[in-house]
Amino acid sequence: MEKMHLPSDFLPIFIQLGLALGFIITTMLVTHSIGPKRNSKLKDEAFECGIPAEGDARTPISVKYFLIAILFVLFDVEVIFMYPWAVNFKSLGWAGFVEMLLFMGLLLAGFYYVIRKGVLKWE
Amino acid sequence: MDTASWIIKALIIVGVFAVTLLIATYSTLAERKIAGFMQDRLGPDRAGPFGVFQPLADAVKMFFKEDFIPAQANKWLFIAGPCLSMLTALMTSAVIPFGDTIRYEEQTIAVQGVELNVGILYVFGIVSLGVYGLMIGGWASNNKFSLLGAVRAASQNISYEIALGLSIIAIIMSAGSLSLRDIVNQQHGFAWNIFYQPVGFIIFVTCAFAECNRTPFDLPECETELVGGYHTEYSSMKLGFYLFSEYINMFISSLVVSTLYLGGFNYPGMDWVYAKLTALAGDTTGHNLATLIGFLALFFKGLFGVFFFMWVRWTVPRFRFDQLMDLGWKALFPLAILNIFFTGAGEMLGYHGFTWIIVGIMTILAATNAVKAPPRKMYPADV
Repeated sequence: MEKMHLPSDFLPIFIQLGLALGFIITTMLVTHSIGPKRNSKLKDEAFECGIPAEGDARTPISVKYFLIAILFVLFDVEVIFMYPWAVNFKSLGWAGFVEMLLFMGLLLAGFYYVIRKGVLKWE
Repeated sequence: MDTASWIIKALIIVGVFAVTLLIATYSTLAERKIAGFMQDRLGPDRAGPFGVFQPLADAVKMFFKEDFIPAQANKWLFIAGPCLSMLTALMTSAVIPFGDTIRYEEQTIAVQGVELNVGILYVFGIVSLGVYGLMIGGWASNNKFSLLGAVRAASQNISYEIALGLSIIAIIMSAGSLSLRDIVNQQHGFAWNIFYQPVGFIIFVTCAFAECNRTPFDLPECETELVGGYHTEYSSMKLGFYLFSEYINMFISSLVVSTLYLGGFNYPGMDWVYAKLTALAGDTTGHNLATLIGFLALFFKGLFGVFFFMWVRWTVPRFRFDQLMDLGWKALFPLAILNIFFTGAGEMLGYHGFTWIIVGIMTILAATNAVKAPPRKMYPADV
């Protein structure tokens, strides 16, 4: 059974989006308006377990997290490449399977390089 | 589609929305009751019989608390963080097939918000957006604990997303479709995917735990190190949104797991029930009743999933951060690739359950390791 999919199929998603946005905005407005408001200089400071705060949180953090993010971008793009292949997997047959094995082999070679470089090592 | 079917469609969406919110509300009570049960205490029992009004009391309290915004925070981003978290949690339920079809005056309408041909991609996309809510909220708080919690949350979520995506690919390969309804229909009766994809199931569930920031992967809100994690500075309903979105995510991910691996609205003996019902109550009513039973079956699976999340929380201790990253990258990622390889080879050779080979190899490896391991010392020695 071949079915046509039109852009109008996505319309119910916008109904859901409207519903969710409405719920969130109403809740936010209500909670902002009915709670008490008491401010003081000490209270408005960032919480650091009762010790006077040193500077703010706009500080550099470990580069490991950045490397993880870069790796994610690389590998996630590879994963996205596999989706169309997986849908057509049966019609592509052995040729498609072997080609994807080659692709995954390259991917794993890159992954092995990353591990040997110690990018995923935490101490 | 005409007006009547549009109205039914809108009713289904509103109903699904309401049910999601209700389940999330009562999950908070269930969590505390189950925690009480597992720790041999009562749990909340003051508000109403068995504490059934506790979630309402909590909600009212949340609303009447002070909505506090630190002086140093970026005000709009601070508000946007929890809103975004909540929005992504609420959007996913649209594509989940809750039941078969409803017949109404010569029309057949699917019990599903939207019948997308790229349903699983939609879920995957919205789930990836969820990390922005945590990251924006944690960064905007301008608090070191929040920032650390947010960075941890972000790196954990993106690490497990790769294995999550790869485990879905094995399902798509055997189903040949991205539509969740197609995937469910192929598991008709008791031909559930879990029997053909045991490894994919384990990878997917593990990643779902990590994506929901639940124990044993709740390092972003690790209270012994980070106070409250990314929501340290939050109060009132903004904190409520963060907690609430976690419960919604739990329910939705249980539903997605049920849809992909546990047969969705299919249950053993459904053809027999269908035949009996249509014989008893006529074609239309019988069909609708069978749909209702299927819906209840999916619902039961989803609720069991939520219970499983809570069960694990009080059973498995929290990981260390490097262990968490090692599990995601060095264990689940290669395992998912291996799973794809075995699924592909199995499909090509015509054997569906080829991935059981991985389970067999793993069991043998674990057994040999257990035999080779030095005997564990027991204290006191005579036990």
